[in-house]
Amino acid sequence: MSEKAIELKNITKRFGTVVANDNISLSVNKGEILALLGENGSGKTTLMNMISGIYYPDEGSIFIDGKEVTIANPKDALNLGIGMVHQHFKLVDVLTATENIILGLPGKLDLKAAEAKIREICDKYGFVIDPKKKVYDMTVSEKQTVEIMKVLYRGASILILDEPTAVLTPQEAERLFLVMWRMRNDGKSVIIITHKMHEVKEVSDRVVVLRKGQYIGEMDTADCDVQKMTDMMVGHAVSLNITRKTPVDPKPRIEISHLTIRDEEGVVKIDDVSFTANSGEILGIAGVSGSGQKELLEAIAGLQKNVEGKVFYIEDNGDKTDLLKLSPLKISEKGIALSFVPEDRLGMGLVGSMNIAENMMIRSFRNGPYVEEQVEKNKAEALQVIKRSLNPFTDRKGPRKLAETVVEDLNVVTPSITTPVKNLSGGNVQKILVGREIASKPKVLLTAYAVRGLDINSSYQIYDLINKQKEAGSAVVYVGEDLDVLLELSDRILVLCGGKVSGLIDGPGADKNKVGLMMTSLEGGSDEN
Amino acid sequence: MIDLVAFIPRAIGQSVPLLYGCTGEIITEKSGNLNLGIPGVMYVGGICGVIGAFAYEQATRGGQMVGFLAIMIPILCSLLGSLLMGLLYCFLTVTLRANQNVTGLAMTTFGVGFGNFFGGSLIKLSGSDVPTIALSRTSAYFSCSLPFADHLGWFGKIFLSYGFLAYIAFILAIYAGFALKKTRTGLHLRAVGENPGTADAAGINVTAYKYMATCIGCMVAGLGGLYYVMDYASGIWSNDAFGDRGWLAIALVIFCIWKPGIGIIASILFGGLYIIYLYIPAGMDHMELKELYKMIPYVVTLIVLVVTSMRNKRDSQPPASLGLPYFREER
Repeated sequence: MSEKAIELKNITKRFGTVVANDNISLSVNKGEILALLGENGSGKTTLMNMISGIYYPDEGSIFIDGKEVTIANPKDALNLGIGMVHQHFKLVDVLTATENIILGLPGKLDLKAAEAKIREICDKYGFVIDPKKKVYDMTVSEKQTVEIMKVLYRGASILILDEPTAVLTPQEAERLFLVMWRMRNDGKSVIIITHKMHEVKEVSDRVVVLRKGQYIGEMDTADCDVQKMTDMMVGHAVSLNITRKTPVDPKPRIEISHLTIRDEEGVVKIDDVSFTANSGEILGIAGVSGSGQKELLEAIAGLQKNVEGKVFYIEDNGDKTDLLKLSPLKISEKGIALSFVPEDRLGMGLVGSMNIAENMMIRSFRNGPYVEEQVEKNKAEALQVIKRSLNPFTDRKGPRKLAETVVEDLNVVTPSITTPVKNLSGGNVQKILVGREIASKPKVLLTAYAVRGLDINSSYQIYDLINKQKEAGSAVVYVGEDLDVLLELSDRILVLCGGKVSGLIDGPGADKNKVGLMMTSLEGGSDEN
Repeated sequence: MIDLVAFIPRAIGQSVPLLYGCTGEIITEKSGNLNLGIPGVMYVGGICGVIGAFAYEQATRGGQMVGFLAIMIPILCSLLGSLLMGLLYCFLTVTLRANQNVTGLAMTTFGVGFGNFFGGSLIKLSGSDVPTIALSRTSAYFSCSLPFADHLGWFGKIFLSYGFLAYIAFILAIYAGFALKKTRTGLHLRAVGENPGTADAAGINVTAYKYMATCIGCMVAGLGGLYYVMDYASGIWSNDAFGDRGWLAIALVIFCIWKPGIGIIASILFGGLYIIYLYIPAGMDHMELKELYKMIPYVVTLIVLVVTSMRNKRDSQPPASLGLPYFREER
């Protein structure tokens, strides 16, 4: 065993009552690439943030080269030779690569000398970078290179990469791995945070698995297999006792065929995905975070621009409407009741500084007064009214009544319906959002991470609401990160892996470890589809 | 035809206060602070210089003034006044994170009122018949140009006929351009204005840079007010005479796309446009045309605003975090 570059002993970190890291010990050797593997919320990033000085551990100690150290801020970490490249880059767009790299360093400004040093580091590790290029002209991969250069330029010997390949194309990722190997051969230590199995296998020497803030185990990459790692990552199935009724008379409601979604930079987020969501059924979508779940829901809701393929809405009588590239407004004008509970509650779902009643209005303000009652009576007629409505006044009574109903029915804890929603707790905010969305009696309900950040009670109330919608005949698409919940709630589960469908299985009787394997590798589901 | 030899020196004289204001505001804005209080700061800079000069003139009444003191007292008073304005602005917007626009506008209102109040008081004190204070003795030191300038014909008139503050304005603008581009302080300052979060993570003291840049910017702008009274207006202060030059200076910042070097040319252009109505013969029959000519600088500003907003080149954009307070994220 070679020399230890950094060693963590019994590190514990709490945020309020949540234990993010529970008594974790691990070490990294010089000239070693360590993969830190775990699902979302397993505490990988928190742990690394403590090494890089962003958080301070509540308990435990950190040793660098065998000496105990205190890392109070990022500067301390850099002085100790620790550099972290975060998922969100910290770069100044209008400055050049060189200017960004030397930003914050003392001494006289000598760009020529700095450029020379950058070129030298580039040659040593095989980076390709133009020191004079402005950051706003760079691709994501180049920006990441600048971030890594920033750390190396300061002479770091321990490099932490937080999910570095999430934003890269496979070719760019390969190049990054090459660089990492050269750093390892140079005696530096590299820690890579990831939840992609194949990366672990390809790049690392050793792997440490975390789950729900706890150290689960470690092994040499050479003698580990994907199945074993997945088991460690997802753990054993836990029974949650969520009721799941058999779907009544499911009919195709949303049919998606060959859907491909690219983000603004042209990176494929969803790759040729086809599936059908039925009425009266909950379709769970599983996948490690960033597998394209968010983009998929947004494409159905009309919020993604760069899309190809077909998204059909199917009426009870079998009529099909292509929703792709229709804006949310167009979709609702077509009389399709589609509700979307986005993951970003206060960013996309609600307006924080507005009160509960006003947030209810966001969905209904176009209708003008009195239309609501007509909607109850006759939808087609009401639509005509909406189109013809030139009434400049909005209906405030309806939303207020709705707000009162939601507060009462869903047990929202709030001083009054005129309280700004940003003053409420996460669970109550979520109830208001879900309450508003289901009030329009949706035929399709899309939910993304509906219970993120909620306590157990609120979570169960949300599951209950979702189940009720299913019984009422909605086609529910449920994106979640907790596999146990997905397995108990969903009637069918679509598993995504890297933007591709790696399998579609029935919810009842689904095996957690198998789903876990499908989430992490496309091959895992090959015997299924 | 316009008499260029007469026109250009007036245009340049007119441009100097604008240039001071423009340079000061560029330095300030580069730190991400949109200081709309600049017109007020320039008033304060002017009146504080006047107060200093008035006091010194009173103290030496009948006696001989020492040239060095006659220059340094108004300058130091002016710098002190605008520094206090800068500190006030920073305290409100950086430390207390007040809204920058509201703070700036309030400071402009305050600065103009401050200037007029003390201007009025001094007029009372001096007991003059007209509502002005004449500090011609001090002004003589400020507007003193090189002795041989008169003998050099048009060359001397165009290039050498100004007081020392005019030359300082140009030197400051050139130096500011150099410092922003070529020094580490300038690099850090730009980083603070563009992306304070990144600058903070790189170990740059964002608050200190914002305070420094804003206070220095205010002091530079305040000198513009001083130059106006002491040199351009020959030491005569009358209330509201400074006019809206402060606003023009802010418009200039946008016109010169945050580059002090371009600011020199732009300020001379604006200075010329500001007084061009005096040099276009309109005759007594068409007085209304003069009023139209007076509008030219503002029309140009509007056009420039439209053009700069349409231009998509990233280097010509305002500092990305301009006008936004910086909160360090919860750690």
